[in-house]
Amino acid sequence: MNGGRTLRMVATTVVALLLVVLLWEGYKWMGGQTDDHWPGTSIGLPTTTDDLTMPHATDIVGELFEEVRDGRARLPLYLFLLKKGWYTFQEAAIGFTFGLAIGMGLAILMLRWRVVERGLLPWINVSQTVPLIALAPIIVTWGRLHDLPDIFSISLIATYLTFFPVAVSALRGLQSPDAAHLELMRSYAAPWRTTLFKLRLPAARAYLFPALKLATTLSVVGAIVGEISIGTKTGLGRAILEYAQRYAVSPEHLYAAVLGSAALGLSVFGLVSLAERLVMKRTEGMQRADEVVA
Amino acid sequence: MSGPVASEAAVVVSGVDKVFNVGSADEVTALSGIDLTIGAGEFVSLIGPSGCGKSTLLRLVGDLLTPSVGEVTVFGKSAHAARLDQDYGMVFQHAGLFDWRRVAANIELPLELRGWSRADRTARSAEMLDLVKLTDFGDYYPRQLSGGMQQRVSIARALSFQPKLLLMDEPFGALDEMTREHMQLELLRIWRETGTTVVFVTHSISESTFLSSRVVVLSPRPGRIHSVVDVDLGDRTDETREDPAFFAKATEIREALRADKDVG
Ligand SMILES: Nc1ncnc2c1ncn2[C@@H]1O[C@H](COP(=O)(O)OP(=O)(O)OP(=O)(O)O)[C@@H](O)[C@H]1O
Ligand SMILES: [Mg+2]
Repeated sequence: MNGGRTLRMVATTVVALLLVVLLWEGYKWMGGQTDDHWPGTSIGLPTTTDDLTMPHATDIVGELFEEVRDGRARLPLYLFLLKKGWYTFQEAAIGFTFGLAIGMGLAILMLRWRVVERGLLPWINVSQTVPLIALAPIIVTWGRLHDLPDIFSISLIATYLTFFPVAVSALRGLQSPDAAHLELMRSYAAPWRTTLFKLRLPAARAYLFPALKLATTLSVVGAIVGEISIGTKTGLGRAILEYAQRYAVSPEHLYAAVLGSAALGLSVFGLVSLAERLVMKRTEGMQRADEVVA
Repeated sequence: MSGPVASEAAVVVSGVDKVFNVGSADEVTALSGIDLTIGAGEFVSLIGPSGCGKSTLLRLVGDLLTPSVGEVTVFGKSAHAARLDQDYGMVFQHAGLFDWRRVAANIELPLELRGWSRADRTARSAEMLDLVKLTDFGDYYPRQLSGGMQQRVSIARALSFQPKLLLMDEPFGALDEMTREHMQLELLRIWRETGTTVVFVTHSISESTFLSSRVVVLSPRPGRIHSVVDVDLGDRTDETREDPAFFAKATEIREALRADKDVG
């Protein structure tokens, strides 16, 4: 049952990937035939289809197995990206963990005291309108001023992006129990903390997980943007920056690096989905008892 | 404070008014001048037309609401103190189970809050599952059960810690006629076996007649006690429902409800 679902997920992903490749190559082929115009018209295509703008999918994938320099060593690009990706993954994971803790903490504070909710919620919303490109250098400079390692500043940027969806959805989830459930706890004279742990937190899980999935991808974005603005020598962000500068020479490299960061985003997303299944599976997808027992 | 009457009584409601939204345009007087004494071990039903304040009265007794005027005493102490002493078991129209807990864990929730050991909890929930005839369903999740089964779990949960006072607000409202009659018999059996006091809200004349030792008839706008009907039909069985004495009592209650209407 469970294995079937995993298999179906993998199959869907593969088919989707194939479709993207097919679209990419089809579009490129069409552009080649019509000199970058929609067939039978004089309307130009939105992008040109030459090998510089759109390298062949096979070239991009092929590039993954070409050797690149990494310091003194030489290794295939995919291994190189994997190494960089592992570094970025760590930054994103640290950022995500802090974002989760801070978001949950804020949500619980806002739940406990309405005043805090009224005072804090607008600021939490405003915080996300500060452009990352402006914020990153501030955090980096501040971090260096206090002799914090760069990885900390980068993670902090990821934290900044992730705490927001967590705080907002956790608050909604914590407030989600029915009046009837809350009254039941009241009838047991349950103290606030007990109600939090036995009722509100379990009820919040269904609200939290979609936000956590969003937060994982945001934490990767935060880490990559952080690496770029901090000018660190490691990480996927660094690779993307370098390949972007050499785009005119070898566009496949940049595309390959982008593929790498997409893969990273997908894998952290997958991790959270897995956690969700472990935590939530117990309540869903089972037959009703009176159908099982005659 | 606790006079000779109060100490024998489970519930004493004296001179209680309940007004919602005091001072605003939608002010509602839900209850007015309620005096009611319920003896320990009694089974008392509250009946009346929709909106007459049955739920409100029940919630006042359970300290989920506080009276605007007057006071509610439960086992010789304030309703508030009784709630903090965890004297109440409550069952509402909707089962209100926690979806993420298995049936047994739902029943054990109040025991957990009282700090019972795991072994004691498991033993008690097994006992309770037997009581409500759901012996093999402890490991199921609420969503896997029918509405009637869920309601039985909710009753088992309320009874698990042997509350001194059981407050039930239309607990069988969502059930079909067959299940409902079965559950009524079960409830009476449990009541006899545990000797608990029950306050039971219902819309149904036959249900109140069948279950209760006394029926309190409420009249609407503002909610008042119209009359109290003593029901002495001995031990109830399925045959009771066809007994002429049963019909006579039901008619008496029906007429009390009609009299309301003529006044209102
Ligand atoms: N929280 C509340 N705020 C304002 N008004 C309320 C509130 N609860 C109840 N009321 C009002 O009090 C009156 C009595 O309500 P109550 O729920 O006690 O009636 P009831 O007899 O239980 O009705 P039903 O049989 O439909 O359940 C109604 O007019 C209702 O509108
Ligand atoms: Mg009601």
